[in-house]
Amino acid sequence: MNQKIYNYLLILADNPLILGHRLSELCGHGPNLETDIGLTNISLDLFGQVRNYLQYAAEIQGLGKTEDDLAFLRYEHEYRNYRLVEQPNTDFAWVIARQYLFDAYHLPLLNQLVGSKDSQIAAIAQKSIKEVQYHHRFSSEWVKRLGDGTEESHGKIQKAVSILWTYCGGIFEETEVENEMSQLGIGANLDLVKADFLSDTKYIFNEAALSVEGVDWSQKGGKLGVHSEHLGFILADLQYMQRTYPQMNW
Amino acid sequence: MYLNNDPLEADFQAKIDKGQNIEAKDWMPEKYRKTHIRQISQHAHSEIVGMLPEGNWITRAPSLRRKVALLAKVQDEAGHGLYLYSAAETLGITRDELYDQLHSGKAKYSSIFNYPAVTWADMGAVGWLVDGAAIMNQVMLTRTSYGPYARAMVRICKEESFHQRQGYEIMLTLCNGTEVQKRMAQDALNRWWWPSLMMFGPRDAESPHTEQALKWKIKLKTNDELRQQFVDQTVSQAEILGITIPDPKLKWNEARGHYDFGDIDWEEFTQVVAGNGPCNRERLEARKSAWEKGAWVRDAALAYAEKQEQRSLKVAV
Repeated sequence: MNQKIYNYLLILADNPLILGHRLSELCGHGPNLETDIGLTNISLDLFGQVRNYLQYAAEIQGLGKTEDDLAFLRYEHEYRNYRLVEQPNTDFAWVIARQYLFDAYHLPLLNQLVGSKDSQIAAIAQKSIKEVQYHHRFSSEWVKRLGDGTEESHGKIQKAVSILWTYCGGIFEETEVENEMSQLGIGANLDLVKADFLSDTKYIFNEAALSVEGVDWSQKGGKLGVHSEHLGFILADLQYMQRTYPQMNW
Repeated sequence: MYLNNDPLEADFQAKIDKGQNIEAKDWMPEKYRKTHIRQISQHAHSEIVGMLPEGNWITRAPSLRRKVALLAKVQDEAGHGLYLYSAAETLGITRDELYDQLHSGKAKYSSIFNYPAVTWADMGAVGWLVDGAAIMNQVMLTRTSYGPYARAMVRICKEESFHQRQGYEIMLTLCNGTEVQKRMAQDALNRWWWPSLMMFGPRDAESPHTEQALKWKIKLKTNDELRQQFVDQTVSQAEILGITIPDPKLKWNEARGHYDFGDIDWEEFTQVVAGNGPCNRERLEARKSAWEKGAWVRDAALAYAEKQEQRSLKVAV
């Protein structure tokens, strides 16, 4: 049972880990100081959540590993994040579209996890949900600003949304561990999360004059450990110190 | 020399002499205003350019705890940039104008950020030495005569002294670690020591603004006084770490009650200030690129805000 909860925690942890990493690449390079600070805040919140999940995962794994072992020393196929969060910071529209799509899933996910029968997961979700409400407000406001801003911004955010939408199917791909966790009342019911995700995105895209009609295929695999070409480069950065200088304290 | 024939100017100087703050709406000599715009904006630019050398280590930080701390630190620097730009704006200049001055090379920023951060130990050395040197200047500035600047500095100083402790703690961890880590720490000290001493600026004899700055209480101590204070406090910290300051002339002088130290390479200082340091081009390019790539985003935000306003006006009608 512990192994299953551990596997579930990796799915919960790896998405904020990889997305937090992507956002941290932008620190100091935002379009203005306020946005720079806002995106860094989101990154910080996500890494905080990662630490909570991975500390718990290390504890129930019971092999004496630490949060850092789990964050930095797994192989590529052992990371369970969706492909959506690996996508690069192509431009600000991509950053915002990726963030909003993740938030539109993350918020209903946490809404369910606060009621988890696993008290630790429930507590982490309770702490995280306030942060994610802010993330969702930040990203959805920016989707509207870009969608209903200038012709140029509309074009850029529409393009980003159309491309990134194809990665959202991977979020709701069914896996055995998630089904089981959901049935036990430990994990979230992904069908319900998906229903909320679809209604949220429908409303915000309507407000922002954006459309995803006709985009009906999806890129899957992330949760099963099959990733895009981007993840290898992310890990090269993320794991650099731990791999180059093994078994040292920092 | 300063003329007190003008009653406004006499009144202004009297306020400063009594230790009162000058506020944004108070009368001030044009030169005082310009000097402050220059100094505060230079400080603001230093904060945001200073985000770059440390920012490049966020993605490679060796543990989650260090990553979060570094990310928060770099974010604090962005916050300092914000307060300082706001303080400069009280003197009648916009943030966009200040950015233009930075991007065109007209405005300077602290030369220390033109040095590269090449290993993780640099995150320790920058916090310990660079933030340590910056604090010496900044603590003094909490009592500077211009109110908005002094108040911004109070908040900044609190965060900076936290950053310095954080940097020193990184160094301490390395120095208590493996041989490889100790070497990394020593190497960082070797590279950052002299540039840190240069942060206090030219020697007093060659610092043209010092006399005026002291009179207006923009500065309360000279460059050489602050530099000496920094050396005196840092020597024992290096001893605790067990690493060596790269200066064979460094020696306690009983008669002076201070450490004597070797000659700074002023030619290097001049070159880096003139734009020829190891990273001047990269730092400026990074800032310009972020600004230029963000233009369409800022335009969109403005256009959206205008549309929203028009819509709310229509509703009101």
